[in-house]
Amino acid sequence: MSFKDAHASVYPETPWLVTFVTAGDPSPELTLKFMLALEKHSDIIELGIPFSDPMADGPTIQKANVRALKAGTKVKDVFEIVRNFREYSSKPVILMTYYNIVYARGVENFLREAKDCGATGAIVVDLPVEESEEYLRACEKTGMDTVFLAAPNTPDDRLRVIDEVSSAFVYLVSLYGTTGAREELPETAFKAIARAKSVCRKPVCVGFGVSKKEHVKALIDAGADGVVVGSAIVRLIEEFGEGAAEKIEEFVSELRKGLEKS
Amino acid sequence: MKFGEFGGQFVPEVLIPPLKELEKAYETLKEDEEFKKELDYYLKVYAGRPTPLYFARNLTEHVGGAKIYLKREDLLHSGAHKINNTIGQALLAKYMGKSRLIAETGAGQHGVATAIAGALFGLKTEVYMGSEDVERQKPNVFRMKLLGASVIPVESGSRTLKDAINEALRDWVATFEYTHYLIGSVVGPHPYPTIVRDFQSVIGRETKVQIMELEERLPDCIVACVGGGSNAMGIFYPFARDSNVRLVGVEAAGKGLETGKHSASLCAGKKGVLHGMLSYFLQDEDGQIATTHSVAAGLDYPGVGPEHAWMKETGRAEYVAVDDSEALEAFSLLSRLEGIIPALESAHAIAYAVKLAREMSRDEIIVVNLSGRGDKDLEIVMNLLG
Repeated sequence: MSFKDAHASVYPETPWLVTFVTAGDPSPELTLKFMLALEKHSDIIELGIPFSDPMADGPTIQKANVRALKAGTKVKDVFEIVRNFREYSSKPVILMTYYNIVYARGVENFLREAKDCGATGAIVVDLPVEESEEYLRACEKTGMDTVFLAAPNTPDDRLRVIDEVSSAFVYLVSLYGTTGAREELPETAFKAIARAKSVCRKPVCVGFGVSKKEHVKALIDAGADGVVVGSAIVRLIEEFGEGAAEKIEEFVSELRKGLEKS
Repeated sequence: MKFGEFGGQFVPEVLIPPLKELEKAYETLKEDEEFKKELDYYLKVYAGRPTPLYFARNLTEHVGGAKIYLKREDLLHSGAHKINNTIGQALLAKYMGKSRLIAETGAGQHGVATAIAGALFGLKTEVYMGSEDVERQKPNVFRMKLLGASVIPVESGSRTLKDAINEALRDWVATFEYTHYLIGSVVGPHPYPTIVRDFQSVIGRETKVQIMELEERLPDCIVACVGGGSNAMGIFYPFARDSNVRLVGVEAAGKGLETGKHSASLCAGKKGVLHGMLSYFLQDEDGQIATTHSVAAGLDYPGVGPEHAWMKETGRAEYVAVDDSEALEAFSLLSRLEGIIPALESAHAIAYAVKLAREMSRDEIIVVNLSGRGDKDLEIVMNLLG
């Protein structure tokens, strides 16, 4: 089976809407509900495992991490959420976290547990390719898909390596900064997409700062294979708490319209 | 470059190019005659180097064991060793064409030392400081402002030093084109632990020359406190190959290692990854970083520099811990016997050196790195000792 065929059996056709929530925010029980709300109009779910020191995240997701940890969310609870989600949906679930969470459990152990509960792959924000030898070996062994980050200042030769080691897709960060919804998309995003698309063979998904349908459309029109929306969804949880599921579903269905060909 | 398996560059992709730029600039400049001359000049006429190596006769007689020498980093401008690094890195930033410095600070000592270097070299300076620490360290906040720096209170996480580092990194991700992140200890992603070690190594190089002049031999033991570990690495490193010199790092046992309220990451932590490096960290079984405690704010950090982790692993250095009350006792003892009020951080080293000296013979020599002066701690000590 070629990469393309293997890929097609797990992931739908591009373009994708990838949506994010932090597991355990505001409680592990509610996360499943929110994931199901996301699922209806998303192609891939990105599930954040809360970490005490989310260095690449802006204020919105930082606060989500704090809420999740305050609710006592453990890594095993996150695995349990994915296991429960699997009873309702076969859509890909990519875990997003920081390397210490993976390292503390033993890299291979972490990945095996994640795979066993039904996770599709993982993004480790602070793990660049140079440090990922053990991680990559373990991903291959356990069958977990990989997603590495690229940034607007990543030179072509690095982009090539990132593309090489990313089995699910390349996560292109749209700007110089942390996660967080922004009003306007930065100019850097469009230049970065053009360059990434000329170098990468894997799908390129763009995230950081995306908060509305018009953004989704603009990025897809610029050539992105997918768009990742996180903080704008987490903001709804911050605002509406338990009652956020409906708002999330409404918001994501609106975002989805940005994927439609004009 | 790594120290065994420790160190590395565990950072988001966007920081890889600026770290490479920094590494390249540093590798070139450290061999550059003009840069070296300028650095030496400022260390000498501005910071006050070399610092004396002082034989603490009264303390030695009181203990009745090994001879105790103090490397007087407390006499430097700003009152602590931190300035060795901030002058070096600020000069590096200037040569790299950066117009702005950012830094993290816990107690405020590194923030003050950065503000000083920023003022000296005309660089805009912004210092991240946990809001909890802003509250605890008001005089240093005022000092930084007086020196022309802005202090940005950090409200995230535990609102202390580790969160200030997170916030500084978040800033740097967005501003690296014109900003140098001036890390204050031998921590962070490569090349920071190496750069900070090199700039602090002046402490050990001087000590070596001075002890040869005074005693015509190397010391038997060197003792220094370890938070992130910059003053310890600064005095250890030039002796790393002198295998007869015992190197002892003293961590903060806070209210006691068994209480969990401490910051002894080498004595009680596990391997992990934070702030760009693989090292030892205080954390729970899931890898969530723990909150820490020490009476000495400068030691109140849940991790430690990767080269210390390596020195522990290889056995080149040993690491012990001293609790709050032992450090307070040493604080008073040195003040009374020698007329020197040490920083609470350095008091940890004094406390352990006293223990060691007692078990050693009178012809043996201990050097303690007196990394800072204690004026900044008077309020805390007044409240505790009354």
